[in-house]
Amino acid sequence: MKRVFVNEEWCLGCHLCEYNCAYANSGLSDMVKALKGKDIFPRIHIEESEGITYAVSCRHCKDPLCVKSCIAGAISIEDGTVKIDKTKCVGCLTCVLVCPYGAVAAGPEGAAQKCELCLANSCGSPACVKGCPNNAIVYEER
Amino acid sequence: MIDHFIYPEFEVVRNDNRCIQCRVCERQCANEVHSFDPDRGIMLSDETKCVNCQRCVSLCPTRALKIVKSDCRLRENANWADDTIKEVYKQANSGGVLLSSMGNPKPLPVYWDKILINASQVTNPPIDPLREPMETKVFLGKKPEKIKRNEDGELVTETSPQLELSMPVMFSAMSYGSISYNAHASLARAATELGICYNTGEGGLHEDFYVYGPNTVVQVASGRFGVHKDYLEAAAAIEIKMGQGAKPGIGGHLPGAKIVGDVSKTRMIPEGSDAISPAPHHDIYSIEDLRQLVFSLKEATEYKKPVIVKVAAVHNIAAIASGIARSGADIIAIDGFRGGTGAAPTRIRDNVGIPIELALASVDQRLRDEGIRNNVSLVVGGSVRSAADVVKAVALGADAVYVATAALLAMGCHLCRTCQSGKCNWGIATQRPELVKRLNPDIGSRRLVNLMDAWRHEIKELMGGMGINSIESLRGNRLMLRGVGLTDKELEILGISHAGE
Amino acid sequence: MAEYVIIGNGTAAVGCIEGIRSIDSEGAITVISSEEHHVYSRPLISYLLEGKTDLERMKYRPADFYEKNKVNVVYGKAAKIDTKKQVAVLEGKGKFGYDKLCMCTGSSPFVPPFEGLDKVKAKYSFMTLDDALALEKALTDKSRVLIVGAGLIGLKCAEGIAERVGSITVCDLADRVLSSILDAECAAYMQKELESHGVSFMLGDTAVKFDKNKAYMKSGSEVEFDILVLAVGVRAETELAKQAGCDANRGIIIDTKMQTTSANIYAAGDCAEGYDSSIGANRVLAILPNAYMQGRCAGINMAGGSSEMTDSIPMNSIGFFGLHCATAGAYPEDGEIYEERTDKGIKRLYFKDSKLAGYMLIGDVNRAGIYTSLVREKTVLDEEETEKVKKMPSLAIFSNDKRKTKLGGVV
Repeated sequence: MKRVFVNEEWCLGCHLCEYNCAYANSGLSDMVKALKGKDIFPRIHIEESEGITYAVSCRHCKDPLCVKSCIAGAISIEDGTVKIDKTKCVGCLTCVLVCPYGAVAAGPEGAAQKCELCLANSCGSPACVKGCPNNAIVYEER
Repeated sequence: MIDHFIYPEFEVVRNDNRCIQCRVCERQCANEVHSFDPDRGIMLSDETKCVNCQRCVSLCPTRALKIVKSDCRLRENANWADDTIKEVYKQANSGGVLLSSMGNPKPLPVYWDKILINASQVTNPPIDPLREPMETKVFLGKKPEKIKRNEDGELVTETSPQLELSMPVMFSAMSYGSISYNAHASLARAATELGICYNTGEGGLHEDFYVYGPNTVVQVASGRFGVHKDYLEAAAAIEIKMGQGAKPGIGGHLPGAKIVGDVSKTRMIPEGSDAISPAPHHDIYSIEDLRQLVFSLKEATEYKKPVIVKVAAVHNIAAIASGIARSGADIIAIDGFRGGTGAAPTRIRDNVGIPIELALASVDQRLRDEGIRNNVSLVVGGSVRSAADVVKAVALGADAVYVATAALLAMGCHLCRTCQSGKCNWGIATQRPELVKRLNPDIGSRRLVNLMDAWRHEIKELMGGMGINSIESLRGNRLMLRGVGLTDKELEILGISHAGE
Repeated sequence: MAEYVIIGNGTAAVGCIEGIRSIDSEGAITVISSEEHHVYSRPLISYLLEGKTDLERMKYRPADFYEKNKVNVVYGKAAKIDTKKQVAVLEGKGKFGYDKLCMCTGSSPFVPPFEGLDKVKAKYSFMTLDDALALEKALTDKSRVLIVGAGLIGLKCAEGIAERVGSITVCDLADRVLSSILDAECAAYMQKELESHGVSFMLGDTAVKFDKNKAYMKSGSEVEFDILVLAVGVRAETELAKQAGCDANRGIIIDTKMQTTSANIYAAGDCAEGYDSSIGANRVLAILPNAYMQGRCAGINMAGGSSEMTDSIPMNSIGFFGLHCATAGAYPEDGEIYEERTDKGIKRLYFKDSKLAGYMLIGDVNRAGIYTSLVREKTVLDEEETEKVKKMPSLAIFSNDKRKTKLGGVV
C-alpha cells in the first residue's frame, strides 16, 4: 500500500504541507476563502528541533493503537488506510492519548481527525505530497 | 559617519486580500525580509534586505506576493544613470571595491541575437528528426590529419584521447564552495544520465562524487586547490584554467568563512583559511610553460585523458588560441565576457573581455588559416542561453559549448546576482546547511536532464531544418548563418554574410 | 473444528472475536450476551444522553459484525461452567461445549448498603445502555439530580444530562473529583469547569441515609432530589469465573497471555486483573483500550496463535464540556515533577529513574500519545532529552535514526 513518507533530509520546515492539507480538506475550491483569517486544523504538522524539521502525519500503522483504543469503534482500517468515521466519533480523544506519533488531533468541531491520504477529498492523492516544494514528502510503496 | 541612505531597489507588494498569513515567505527568506507582527496581526516587509530572488513569490501558496522595482528614482539623467550614482554612494559609504555575481548585465550587443539560421526549401529537402536518425554526439580532442594505414594496409584507428559527449553541451566549471554540495550532486547526476560532462571548477572533487568521474572534467587552476593524483585519475578530462570570462586577468578569493567542513577537506586547505587563486599561474609565463603543465598532467594520467586549456575571451584571443593549440592541449575552452561567477569585482565583470561570438569566429578562422584546427577542439561558453545559441556556436566553429547560467536557472536560480552574500535562498550558491537542503538533487538533476533533453530536441529540429543530420556537418558551416543589423566589420569577423545576401 | 465460547458481549468480547478470527477463520464462536443489544460502546451512554450519538451510531461494530465473523450470539445468562466437560451452561437455554472459553463479563455497579435506599423510587445506575435509557425516561427539565460519586462515571453522567435537567449535585466521599486519576490541583481545575456549567459539588461528603426524595449527608446537611444516580464504583464480575476454578482478587487473575488459573479459560477486560507495567504488578485496568487489547490477545492465544501483553498502563482521556484531560502511567512523588500552568490548563510530568513515569495534561492534550509511548515503552531519557520532553511532546525526542525509521518506514 502507498503511504506518505517524510525524508527529513529534504524538509525545509516551510509548513506549506499544513496549509495544503487544511485547504484540501476544506471542501472549498479557493485556498484564500478556505484559510484566510481562520485557525487551521491540518492533519500533518511540522516538528522542529535544533535545525531539523520534518513533517508528521498518520503512519497508517499495520497494527494501529488508535483503532484498538477508540471507545466508539469509529476508527477502522479500510484497504490499509486508517479512517475515522466522524459521525461515530464523540471527541473523547483517546486516539490522541495513544497515538505514538502525535498524528491524531481534534478537528474544528471537536471530532478527532487525521490524515486519510486525501483519498476521499477532491485532491484525490495527498495534497501535502503534491505541494511539497522539495520532494521531502513522498507518496509511495515501501 | 553614518551611511548615506540608498533607497531600496525593490518593493515587496503583498496582496492582503490573498495573504493567508501562512508565513512561508518569512520562513523561506534568509535575508529576513518578511516578518509577522502578532500585535497587529499583519505581515511586514523590510525591503532594504530584499534581493529579488523570488523565493517568497515562488512559494507563496496564494500568489499574494510580487516583488517590483522601486519607482523611487533619482532625477533622470542620461549620463548619470540611477545605478551609476548609487554605486558612487556605496563606494563613498564603504571605500570598497564593488562586488557582483553572475554575468555582465549591461546592455552590450548580444551577437547571438543578430545571427539567423538557415532552413532548406525545395532543392535541398529538410529532414524530419522524428522520422530520420539525427546524430548529436561529438568527440572532443585532437583529430588525425589524414587516414593512416599500418604496414599490412589496415586502418590505424588509434587516436588521441577523446571526450565523448552525447550532445555538444557541457556544464561549465562551478566550484564546490562557490556552489553547494547539492548543486554539485545535481550537476554530476544529470551529466551522467545525459552522457555529457560537468566540471568541478577549482574547488576539488568531493569524495562522494568520484563515482561520477567518467562524466567529470576536473580543473587545475592557479590555486591548485584539491589537485592530487586520484583527482586527476577520476576524471574524463582535465582542464587547466588560465582565465574566466567574468573576471579575466584576476584571480579568485573565497573567504575563509566559507572554507568549512567538506569544502576545506575537498580543497585540501585548512578550515578558515582564505582560498586565494592567484591571477596568474605562477609557473606559466609562456606557451612553453603551459606546454609543461599540459604534459605534466598527461604524464600523470598516462596520456589517457584529453587536456583542456580554458581562457577568457580577450583582445588577442586568436593569437592566444593559436599558442594553446601548439602547446599540446587537446581542447581549447574560451569563456566570453558574459560568463557568470560567484563573485567578481563589478568593474571587471562589466568592462573586461570581449563577446564570445566574435572570439569564437576569429579563433576558428585563425586555426584554420594556420592549418592547426584539427589539433584541438573548441569549446565556448559565456552565456549560451538556448538551443539556438548552441546551433549558432557550432556553425561558427565550436565543437561544443559550456553552459552554467542556464544550468543554475534549471536548478532554481532566479539570477538575483547576489551569490557573493552566501545566502542563496535556492540552496545553490551557499554553504549554510539549512539553505543547502533546499535543493534536493532528485529535483535538481531531473530539471537539468529535462532542460538538456529539450535542447537536444530543439537542436535536432534546427539541424533538420537545415537539412543536416549530424552535428559534425554543422561545425564551422557558417553558410548556415546570416547577420542582421551588423556592420561590415562585424560580419567580416564573424565570417558570415548579411541576411539577404 | 475448534469451539470457542465467549461470556459477555462488550469490548473485550469483540477483541476476542477479532483475535480468534485473525488466526482461525472457521472455528465456531458462541457469544453469550446478558444484555439484549448489538455490541455497543459502553462509554458512549453519556454521549447518548447528551445527544452526541444515537443508538445506531453507538454500535461498537457495524450491524453485520456477528454475521461477517460467523459468530453465534446467544442472549442469556451463563449459570455455570463445567470445566470437566468443558461446557458452559446457560440459565434455561441449554449448554455450549468449548475448547477455549473467554470470560468477558465486565463489571457491575457497586452499591453500598445505604439506609433507606430501597424507598427511593427514582434511583439509577449508569453502566449500561438500559441504565441510560431508563434514566433518560425519568429526566425532565425541572429534575433535581443527585449523583453519588464524582468519578468518571458520575461526572460523565452529569455532563450528559446537564442541559436537560433543572439542577445537578454531585457528592463524593473523596475530597476531589476524579480522585482515581487526578491530584488535588488538576481535580480542582476540572471541577471549576464543571461548576461553570451548572454542576454543584459536595466533596468530602456523601449521603449516609435516604428518605424518599431526600438525602441526609455525612456533614449533616440535607439534599432534596428528584432523581438519584448511584455511581459510587464498580466491581469486576468474577463470580462465574471463581466457580469455574479461576483464582481472583479484585478481578480474575490472568497471566500476560490472558490465561486464567483454570485450564482453557481466558479472561479479558474489566473483569480481569492483568499485568500493569507501570507498577509491575497485577491490577484491574478498567479502561476500554485495555479491554479490547486483552480480548484480542486472549482470542489470538485461544486460536493457537501467540500473543502477549506486557506493556499495559493505566491511561485516560476524558473531557467535560470541551475541556480535555489526558493522564497515563504512575505519579511517583519521589521523582522529579515538572509542571507548567497557563490560563488554558495544566501540564504535569512525573519523572523517575530517568524515565517518564506518568503525566497529567489538562487543556492542551495535543500529541499526548508521544508522552504515553514514552511511559509505555519506559524510554530512558538523558538530561537533554528530558528537557526536550518537558517542552512539548515531540518526535524530536528520538534519535535521528530512530525517528527516520519511524517516519520513513512501514510501522
